[in-house]
Amino acid sequence: MTPRNLLFTATSALALACAGGAQAETFRLGTNGDLYGLDPHSMTDSFTVSFLNHVYEALVRYDADLKIEPALATSWEQIDETTVRYTLREGIKFHDGQDFSAEDVVASVKRAAHEDSPIRGNIAGLVDAKMVDEMTVDLMLDGPNPLLNNFLTNVLIFDSSWLEEHDALDPIDAQKGEEGYTTSNANGTGPFRFESRTPDAQTVLTINSGWWDEPQHNLTRIELNPINSDATRVAAMLSGELDMIFPSPLQDAKRIESTDGMHVLEAPGLRAIMMGINMSDKSNNPNQDGNPLQKTEVRQALVHAISYDLLRDKIMRGKSRNLGGLVAPQVPGFDEGVDAIPAYDPELAKKMLADAGYPEGFSLNMNCPNDRYVNDAAICQALAAMFARVGVKADLTAETKAIHFERARANETDMFMLGWATLPMLDGYSVLSAMLHTPGGQMGTWNPGGYSNPEVDRLTEAVATELDAEKRHEMMVEAFRIADDEVAWLPLHAQPLSWAARDAVKIPQTADDKPRLWLARIE
Amino acid sequence: MFAFLIRRIIQAALVMLVVASIAFLMFRFLGDPISNLLPEDATVQDRTEMREKMGLNDPVLVQYGRFIVDAAQGDFGQSYRNNRPVSDLLAERFPATAELVLVAASLALALGIPLGIYTALNPRGWLSQGLQVISLLGISVPTFVTGILLILVFSVSLGWLPSFGRGTVVDLGWWTTGFLTVSGLKALILPAIMLALFQMTLIMRLVRAEMLEVLRADYIKFAKARGIPNRMLHFKYALKNTLIPVMTIFGLQLGGLIAFAIITETVFQWPGMGFLFIQAVNFTDVPVMAAYLVLVSFIFVVINTLVDLLYNVADPRLRAERTPARGV
Repeated sequence: MTPRNLLFTATSALALACAGGAQAETFRLGTNGDLYGLDPHSMTDSFTVSFLNHVYEALVRYDADLKIEPALATSWEQIDETTVRYTLREGIKFHDGQDFSAEDVVASVKRAAHEDSPIRGNIAGLVDAKMVDEMTVDLMLDGPNPLLNNFLTNVLIFDSSWLEEHDALDPIDAQKGEEGYTTSNANGTGPFRFESRTPDAQTVLTINSGWWDEPQHNLTRIELNPINSDATRVAAMLSGELDMIFPSPLQDAKRIESTDGMHVLEAPGLRAIMMGINMSDKSNNPNQDGNPLQKTEVRQALVHAISYDLLRDKIMRGKSRNLGGLVAPQVPGFDEGVDAIPAYDPELAKKMLADAGYPEGFSLNMNCPNDRYVNDAAICQALAAMFARVGVKADLTAETKAIHFERARANETDMFMLGWATLPMLDGYSVLSAMLHTPGGQMGTWNPGGYSNPEVDRLTEAVATELDAEKRHEMMVEAFRIADDEVAWLPLHAQPLSWAARDAVKIPQTADDKPRLWLARIE
Repeated sequence: MFAFLIRRIIQAALVMLVVASIAFLMFRFLGDPISNLLPEDATVQDRTEMREKMGLNDPVLVQYGRFIVDAAQGDFGQSYRNNRPVSDLLAERFPATAELVLVAASLALALGIPLGIYTALNPRGWLSQGLQVISLLGISVPTFVTGILLILVFSVSLGWLPSFGRGTVVDLGWWTTGFLTVSGLKALILPAIMLALFQMTLIMRLVRAEMLEVLRADYIKFAKARGIPNRMLHFKYALKNTLIPVMTIFGLQLGGLIAFAIITETVFQWPGMGFLFIQAVNFTDVPVMAAYLVLVSFIFVVINTLVDLLYNVADPRLRAERTPARGV
């Protein structure tokens, strides 16, 4: 790499010239992990994709309130049940100067839906893309799909001639043992262009002064500094080496707040933390015959054994939002009624357990990750203690996520922790299809406990293809209500987002935990 | 000498084979790499296809055999996480670790030996007593605590030194160096101190103990009786004999420095091999982990071989065993 000072001087000079004398603003972002690479089609890591969204764009995007708005496409219409026509925005150029056209959309959609593509699962049902004319594209689906635009926010668009030139039209095949060109190079239409990258050290973006949209930001350069260690990341923030860190550890919030010139941004996010329940015939606990959790009455009793407020105030330091249902308020499918928090009443829980035939309580295995969610292991310890008060003995195992999820998926436990943000779909259907539908085929992929209710299945399948938004919402709420009544899962809370920034930084904190720096200003 | 080297090479190959097989047995308990590669809601079918494609369905022995055959040809496979060849990743990270270890080792030697000599020659001085106490702290306080304390003092409170990263590095094509820029040198200071502290105190205590031992030896007493000046006595006769065991220990510790660098690199976000390894562990990135462990075991064997060779050079008695005695 050439000395950075030189490059920096050159780019700032260029940016200055373009911005007509505005001050050059560098945004130094500290994160808890690096990008996996620069190819948004090569992995499903949501942070990587969201950061690459500064360089690459999609046909549609979410605004700061997580509503769909036009991006590279200006409008779309449903032509028939399985075809949607997109009209593209005129006059957009890629960073290398090539014009944006329908060919690029077709090549990118085909690349994302290719059978070797790791993100194929995120756009299930998208069969093909056809060019109608220079600025119009038809997307073919295998059936009516109300969530197509939600999916498309994640299908970032490449320049087809650039892909072709670098032999990258097909997705990177990890098994070929060679490095894909797109892993270390990028060429999009976004508000920032890729400048340089040293893995695990720094990735630099500079302003794309030819961006099609009216910039709301005043940045000229973005430096992404991954700092995995929480303590070091906070120290770098406190010492003024960074403008913003994300995530900011909950336990350091006070320290940051008490420092002049910086503050913590906190809000409950989309990710719902919940406990999955084994409903098979056999408990996985060696001291327990049969499986008490199979009885709806037993599960309903356990709900009253949990003190939601205590979990929020003591374990989550008051920063989480209690959830009575399985989705956060921002997610379509949320309903106030379903969200009502059950009363904390251990005596009632004991009585209900006795009525269900377990006056002495019972034993179960509980499994938790200890490196995946905010305070995950501590939440489970508190839960186990609360269950103990009503006579239910939970044998808790907290272990690393790679093992935890494998165990949970194989139903080797009786109760396991799972967090679900519904991303990239951002819709209640994500929960219905993956976690509540009876397992089989594409459905119930995260329903290892085996919850099954024909009415929920029917509603889920109807929701999948219903294009009328209002009807669709009602069906989702109905399905969630049934699941809530039968305690298919034990919802706990919406996990808090925690960022920290200098006071000079103005940035909307979006509930999906993805900093959008094209909406950020340094004042 | 030649036979000795051949023997060492065979030993090295054996050590690396054993390390690779232990590594492979361990990886089975690290979890499923697939869970990091596919989205949370991937179907069972997607998972099975992915496993099949990556060869994870084969028995461990087959996977191990494939790894050994490829590795023997210099191919360590492709990183699951980075989508890049493992050998490229390691080559890219090696300079960062090498420079850090080099500076830390020099620091440990340059400070440890003089301090050790000083405390041995003035065992009752208040400075020596003080140094002894401090060295105890250096040995017993965990290195990540020292690292975080250093950051707190020099980055957060004083604002003198950066708390993370390597600063600006200069790319020489086959090597990236932080030695040529001010920010690169500044970034080196804290991590190097953190890494060196344990070794430094160890060397200091070792030199002190050895030196005290040697100073009690008969030949020193004779030399003293013959009126050889103290300065010559201490630095020419005593020190030389002190350094032989120190050299052995230091050689072994140098491998330890590379291993300890994992913690230092994690605390300071130092983009070296150790950091790469930690990330690979978190991601269950088996090819990177296996290659790193094999490489580190190779480095250990090389360092030990070099130390043995140096030992031969430094201690005439060892040479005498093999070559017929001359004179005397």
